[in-house]
Amino acid sequence: MKANKLIQYLSIGIGLLILPLIAQQFGNAWVRIIDIALLYVLLALGLNIVVGYAGLLDLGYVAFYAVGAYMFGLLASPQLTDTFPAIAAMFPGGLHTPWWVVIPLGAVLAGLAGMILGAPTLKLRGDYLAIVTLGFGEIVRVFMNNLDAPVNITNGPKGIAQIDDISMFGVHFGKTQELFGMEFPKVTNYYYLFLALVLIGILVCYRLERSRIGRAWMAIREDEIAAKAMGINTRNLKLLAFGMGATFGGVSGAMFATFQGFISPESFSLQESVMIVAMVVLGGIGHLPGVIVGALLLSALPEVLRYVAGPLQQMTGGRLDASILRQLLIALAMIGIMLSRPRGLWPAPEHGKAAPMAATSAPK
Amino acid sequence: MDTFIQQIINGLVLGSVYALVALGYTMVYGIINLINFAHGEVLMVGALTSWTVVVALAGLGLPGWLMLLISLIAAIVVCSVLNYSIEKIAYRPLRNAPRLAPLITAMGMSLLLQTLAMIIWEPTYKSYPILLPSEPYNIGGAVINNVQIMILVVTAITLTGLMYLVNKTKLGRAMRATAENPRVAGLMGVRPDTVISATFVIGAALAALAGVMYAANYGSVQHTMGFLPGLKAFTAAVFGGIGNLAGAMVGGVLLGLIESLGAGYIGVLTGGVLGSHYQDIFAFIVLILVLTLRPQGLLGERVADRA
Repeated sequence: MKANKLIQYLSIGIGLLILPLIAQQFGNAWVRIIDIALLYVLLALGLNIVVGYAGLLDLGYVAFYAVGAYMFGLLASPQLTDTFPAIAAMFPGGLHTPWWVVIPLGAVLAGLAGMILGAPTLKLRGDYLAIVTLGFGEIVRVFMNNLDAPVNITNGPKGIAQIDDISMFGVHFGKTQELFGMEFPKVTNYYYLFLALVLIGILVCYRLERSRIGRAWMAIREDEIAAKAMGINTRNLKLLAFGMGATFGGVSGAMFATFQGFISPESFSLQESVMIVAMVVLGGIGHLPGVIVGALLLSALPEVLRYVAGPLQQMTGGRLDASILRQLLIALAMIGIMLSRPRGLWPAPEHGKAAPMAATSAPK
Repeated sequence: MDTFIQQIINGLVLGSVYALVALGYTMVYGIINLINFAHGEVLMVGALTSWTVVVALAGLGLPGWLMLLISLIAAIVVCSVLNYSIEKIAYRPLRNAPRLAPLITAMGMSLLLQTLAMIIWEPTYKSYPILLPSEPYNIGGAVINNVQIMILVVTAITLTGLMYLVNKTKLGRAMRATAENPRVAGLMGVRPDTVISATFVIGAALAALAGVMYAANYGSVQHTMGFLPGLKAFTAAVFGGIGNLAGAMVGGVLLGLIESLGAGYIGVLTGGVLGSHYQDIFAFIVLILVLTLRPQGLLGERVADRA
């Protein structure tokens, strides 16, 4: 049994390692799709901490993604040096903050933002919380859109461009690398970086889920008053959940910024938040494999279908173009999957967790 | 001073629209505890239907108010049928599912309606024709036009009618009973399913009305137009105390006033640093403040005790 498991893990590992090398044979666009899917997995893992473990419905999660992205964008692009001559004078070679400063900084800042959002909303429950977090997300977006005047910080709707690629241990991720006669273009380099981050994320979540903290979160999710009575400090733990979740968002945001090289408020709309919530809930709320499946499905499937859907577009005379078709598919998937499997595609195995009615009325 | 009166008028007009939409949210929430995310999209469908009818009737030489009325009736019918079907297809099967499931279908439905509207009506902005005489009247230096007067009057009549419906009629009693406890209401001879369907139809009619008035006032329609009013209206419903009809009305009007006064004065107050494009965040800042200080909303009695 043990050897079997080892072989299983090894083959999955090797599969993940060579996946982009196979995909890039069909064009870098495919690797790109996988990269974006990995970013969404990271986001979904983070949101799962808030929604899945602690049971706090957060509809403004994309705000933390934005905080991370703008953090990276501002510290590693010509934006700030162009606006402030003082900063330009301090960094004559341009502002290129290294990754080991920006990424932790983005994570911490997003985590702090999460706690700041969490603090006034602690007393709220359920739907009230949902709407306040949603409002918070909108506030962040409005500020990103309008902070180009009177002092140009975010460059408004035009966004920040020319964001640096990461270069780590002498490897420049933005350039094509060669190793053993194989070519590693930009998208493939980033694939390995994102994969590493996702694996770390999974490990963190897995350990959290089984820790005292994780159990306390789930106790709060099931019954906050009972949890309090058991001596759980619900206030601190809820703040911690917001903070932890936001940290994931901040890191993915930073990755998004460097990967795209360009960010604008448009990438951080409410629809994006809804998407991430949908990934968590569709996959199986609070269940790691489910959440990962949900994220992969919703982010990658429409993209893949988009390539297949060329003929359909021609049939409808261009009315059903790729982005409309993608939206249509996401919408139908959200409705269809929920109707056929209300607990998600791959729900947590413990019964009665998400259905308290059934648990109380039907003793086994 | 005239700016002040002007902003009050604008705020009341905007608030009326929010109040009508907020009622739809709050009635649905009161009965089945669901945030009907697709409600803003119903408003959009109403506005676009009305636009289609008005454009189709344009050649017949009918008077403007008649065209507006015909298109309004068409919009109400289309939206009622639409919302009735949405409830039946997407929400009813999930009545006893985990709490997040219907919320996700509602979000999916919202996205679906937007996408379908984009396919049917194409994603361009369409200008909504001016149907009522548009010369403004002067009140103490501020101006108000016929459409705005119509919005205020129609909203007042509709809200009165709705209060009568809910408080004095048999259907209203059934609705209140179902909101209180669907199972006990069922034992008393109320059919919860029928009542819930009726609630969705009434909510859709109000949203269609709001959509047509919104389009007539702002003069343009598009497939994304329902999103922001929908969001604000939900905010208004929470603000007033969700599940409470009077709360939704008060919340809607107050939110409209806060927004337009805020947008009118923020430039002066901050010395021009922040401009009126920050209008959209007032709603949310007020919301966060109110909920922190008074989590049940202005007129709400109980806090929704569900996670």
